[in-house]
Amino acid sequence: MLKDNKLLLLPFTKKTTLFEFNMSETIKLRKGLNIKLQGGAKPEVETLPLPLKVALKPTDFQGLTPKLNVKADDLVKAGDALFFDKYHPEIRYTAPVGGKVVSVNRGERRKILEIVIETDAKAGSVEFKKADPKALSGDEVKELLLQSGMWPFIKRRPYGVIASPSEKPLSIYISTFDTAPLAPDYSFVMKGQLGTFQTGIDALGRLTDGKVYLGITPDSAFAKIKNVVVNTFSGPHPAGNVGVQIANTNPINKGEVVWTVNVQDVLFIGRVFETGKVDFTKVFALTGSEVENPKYYKTVAGAPVASVVEGKLKKSENKQRIISGNVLTGTKVSKDCYLGYYDSQITVIPEGDNYEFLGWAMPRFNKFSFSHAYFSWLNKNKSYVADANLNGEERAFVVTGQYEKVVPMDILPVHLLKAIIADDIDKMEQLGIYEIIEEDLALCEFVCTSKIEVQKLVRKGINLMIKEMGS
Amino acid sequence: MKSLRNFLDKKKPLFLPGGKLSKFGSTFGAFETFLFTPNHTSKTGSHIHDTIDLKRTMTVVIIALLPTLLFGSWNIGYQNGLAFGVERSIIENFIFGFLKVLPIMIVSYGVGLGIEFIVAQIRGHEVNEGFLVTGILIPLILPVNIPLWMVALATAFAVIFGKEIFGGTGYNVMNVALIARAFLFFAYPSEMSGDLVWVYDLAGNTPVDGFSGATPLAYAAQNASSEIASFKDMFLGLIPGSIGETSTLAVLIGAAVLIFTGIGSWKIMLATVLGTLFMGGICNLFPANEYMSIPAYTHLVMGGFAFGAVFMATDPVTASSTEKGKWIYGFMIGILVVLIRVFNPAYPEGMMLAILLMNVWAPLIDYFVIEGHVKRRLKRAKIKANA
Repeated sequence: MLKDNKLLLLPFTKKTTLFEFNMSETIKLRKGLNIKLQGGAKPEVETLPLPLKVALKPTDFQGLTPKLNVKADDLVKAGDALFFDKYHPEIRYTAPVGGKVVSVNRGERRKILEIVIETDAKAGSVEFKKADPKALSGDEVKELLLQSGMWPFIKRRPYGVIASPSEKPLSIYISTFDTAPLAPDYSFVMKGQLGTFQTGIDALGRLTDGKVYLGITPDSAFAKIKNVVVNTFSGPHPAGNVGVQIANTNPINKGEVVWTVNVQDVLFIGRVFETGKVDFTKVFALTGSEVENPKYYKTVAGAPVASVVEGKLKKSENKQRIISGNVLTGTKVSKDCYLGYYDSQITVIPEGDNYEFLGWAMPRFNKFSFSHAYFSWLNKNKSYVADANLNGEERAFVVTGQYEKVVPMDILPVHLLKAIIADDIDKMEQLGIYEIIEEDLALCEFVCTSKIEVQKLVRKGINLMIKEMGS
Repeated sequence: MKSLRNFLDKKKPLFLPGGKLSKFGSTFGAFETFLFTPNHTSKTGSHIHDTIDLKRTMTVVIIALLPTLLFGSWNIGYQNGLAFGVERSIIENFIFGFLKVLPIMIVSYGVGLGIEFIVAQIRGHEVNEGFLVTGILIPLILPVNIPLWMVALATAFAVIFGKEIFGGTGYNVMNVALIARAFLFFAYPSEMSGDLVWVYDLAGNTPVDGFSGATPLAYAAQNASSEIASFKDMFLGLIPGSIGETSTLAVLIGAAVLIFTGIGSWKIMLATVLGTLFMGGICNLFPANEYMSIPAYTHLVMGGFAFGAVFMATDPVTASSTEKGKWIYGFMIGILVVLIRVFNPAYPEGMMLAILLMNVWAPLIDYFVIEGHVKRRLKRAKIKANA
């Protein structure tokens, strides 16, 4: 963590000649925790055939109220709008592949859960304008992103919701590495695609009067990317979280808006400009201790979970939990679900819904603990099998000082959460609700002795802020 | 274990809502989760969770307390032997003492857990683990001659009025074990102070010549510093005092366990020591009487200082919850201990009151630490706006 006075000075240094010096300096984050789990992906990519079905799920987008453009049996091309945002009709959500809309699945109170497309390789794509983003104006870039359905990949801080096309972001932040457990290695995933990535970056650069910031690790291949400000970070998880990177360079104050984009999603944007077509092909890391041969798979966003995991899991008598995303922030899915829109990882771990005799009193050599109350400190390099068991019951806040050790931001996590529990909007604002989203405090939830549902609380606080203050 | 699990699974429906014995649901739950870590899995947020839970945390604290319990038991036998000129082996001393401590522990646990179970049942939630530690802390900070009914009364008072009325473990303002002790101290001062209560059976019997049973703190308060036991004796704990508090060495072993496991805050422990040395140092600079001139470090080994700093001040529920606040909180305890000990003739020991006082102040300290944090964040925004 930066010294406080340095944090205060940074806004100055960015504007002076010291700036060059800052670029090469590695920002060392000390707080945090790397959870070493078994089942990391081997550097090997297998391209999967086009799945039979693909789905777009409105529930992947925080706070969205979808309005349908299509109905069952409609034929769509890749890039045709399936639905749009009721309150921002210009934000379109387009079909990742062409084919026939087979069903619109609804849940309680007719809430739209998924729009399922039966894929057809011959359905074709909508032709968008092919252009060098550097030759376009900001408004032209924005228009193309909205038309092609790329806009939803741009999220905003505060709150981690989809950016509003009418607002002016201070800057755009992209993290090129993920430090979460078993996370994909983007230097490997993006190999050979850095040109397209550059195109995407150039397009995003048109959307802000400020700068595009790239968070990288030392010796990263992304250091070659141009027209960006590079911030080098080292340290344990959550150093790769874009929120942590913002907080340690230009922390967000009240009234400020910063946009963020996931690294693979920049590729989607780049492809539209380079080819004039949408191409939602991305690489997923299939990881976790329950996976037979963990490695990378190339498929399309919104592919069925089964199309990636079927036949690749270990045979087990015990229940397995499939997670779209990583073990800290992902979503529990079943084989008949579809992969999350923003996810680049699938993790499979044991469900762990079993009792353990006197578990709290056992030495538990094979279970990981951040505290030294168990013996995992004996072997720092050991990788563990973690299951989804809570390892205890929920209790009131008792132990203090735990959360602070895993949050490398100038934030008092426990007190911010207490403000959220108390629905105290002023306190939430003062204590930094604008700077965080769920993933930034996910480790607090992991280390918590009292098993408090930290990420759920964070979203509760954010939703209250949106409701009371507007976005 | 399978058969035990099957037995519990078979009986469980009886205790669930609608079952015949649903009135005892919390009680059943407490025993079930004691025997088996539950099969609950993550429903929201993080899918994996650390293996630590409140049961383990409390277990570690109890393990850290064991050296003081073992030494304290031995010391009861040893002090009694000194008083009446009885020769016993180490084992005999220990057994002699342990048999005196055991009833106090049974009463403390019985009354405290009993209340916890009943309250949990009334409120319809799980039995919290907080009392597992409180139940052993209470005997360790009492004199060995304490009548058992007083232990029961004090425990009941502390658990009900010190904890349950605030909402149970995690919501109490003051350390529960210290409330029990303070209750006895003010309600039954004759059983909690003086020279006769600290050594087993001393009251009403004649000890060997030269044995008084007075604690070093009592001598210090009488400005009789020449009578205070040697630093080594006090450090090892070969002195009269509350059951678990006499041996600084045993406490230090516990401190090592708490600090290494990360369960006790080293910041509070260190700050308390620094505060004591600071205030003791000031006294040494202006030695108006004998007590003020005893070396500042002596305070660290006298009375309940070490025990309080390691096991009481660090109680996370009642201490400061901010990391900066912990430094202030601990330092203030250190200062207050010396102030009460040296300048208040009514109370030879200051640790209990110092901690209770700072328990009350801890939220205020946190308030100012958080205000400072908020101000700094606002300044950050202003600098940026003006840049």
